[in-house]
Amino acid sequence: MIDFAKDLRLWFSPQRVRDEGETPDYRFSLANERTFLAWIRTALALVGGGFAVDQFLPDLRWGVRVGMALALLAVGAACALRAVNHWVRCERAMRRGEDLPVSRFPVVLSLGVGLVAVAMVLVVLLGWTDRP
Amino acid sequence: MTGAAAGGAPPAGAGAGAGPGRDPGLQPERTRLAWRRTTLACAVTAVLAVRQAVRGPGTAPEVAGCAFIVLLWLAFLGVAHRRIRALAAPRPPVLGERAALGATACVLALAVFAVAVLL
Repeated sequence: MIDFAKDLRLWFSPQRVRDEGETPDYRFSLANERTFLAWIRTALALVGGGFAVDQFLPDLRWGVRVGMALALLAVGAACALRAVNHWVRCERAMRRGEDLPVSRFPVVLSLGVGLVAVAMVLVVLLGWTDRP
Repeated sequence: MTGAAAGGAPPAGAGAGAGPGRDPGLQPERTRLAWRRTTLACAVTAVLAVRQAVRGPGTAPEVAGCAFIVLLWLAFLGVAHRRIRALAAPRPPVLGERAALGATACVLALAVFAVAVLL
């Protein structure tokens, strides 16, 4: 949590990143930028999935539908925050010549998406819909 | 933004056939397309958001929600456009923190809007 607070300060004070270490080869920074954008697209897809659950599954019960949509939206927001955090950390590690940061987030995200998918299958199988 | 261009290391391992103004790995090109893809993804999500906002005959809050989403998308487009122009340089500068935070803020705003409309 303390590490996260430090990273948070880095987001808003670019000079602090620039002051450290040496500027890496610009192609490494561009690769880092593309990774950031890929995570942003993942976040957008999850947010879009939240909208889609609410709009295209009208037969689901209100609680199930809204709960599922909120779960997807929350994961999407977390994904966007994590994207910028990971980008800053990678950029700093490259400047310092350290190893790139490792993260549990991909595993957590995969498990979360898997859980939502299994929940959808169960909902359909058990027929928790308003339609008789 | 200028620091990277001034003190940047020469591209290591640049192929012999590479001219001075071209990266043999087309990294700026790929990054530019990545911004385009992301703008497209943002557009799709924005369309879903507008669809969510407008369900009735078009009351004032619905119109305001629509306008908000369109402005969000335009903001994202602006960030992407500025970055794409910066990428046109032979050795592009590092992505600015403001652009990164701006793109993230657009996604977060979409998520918050979605929660507000859902509940």
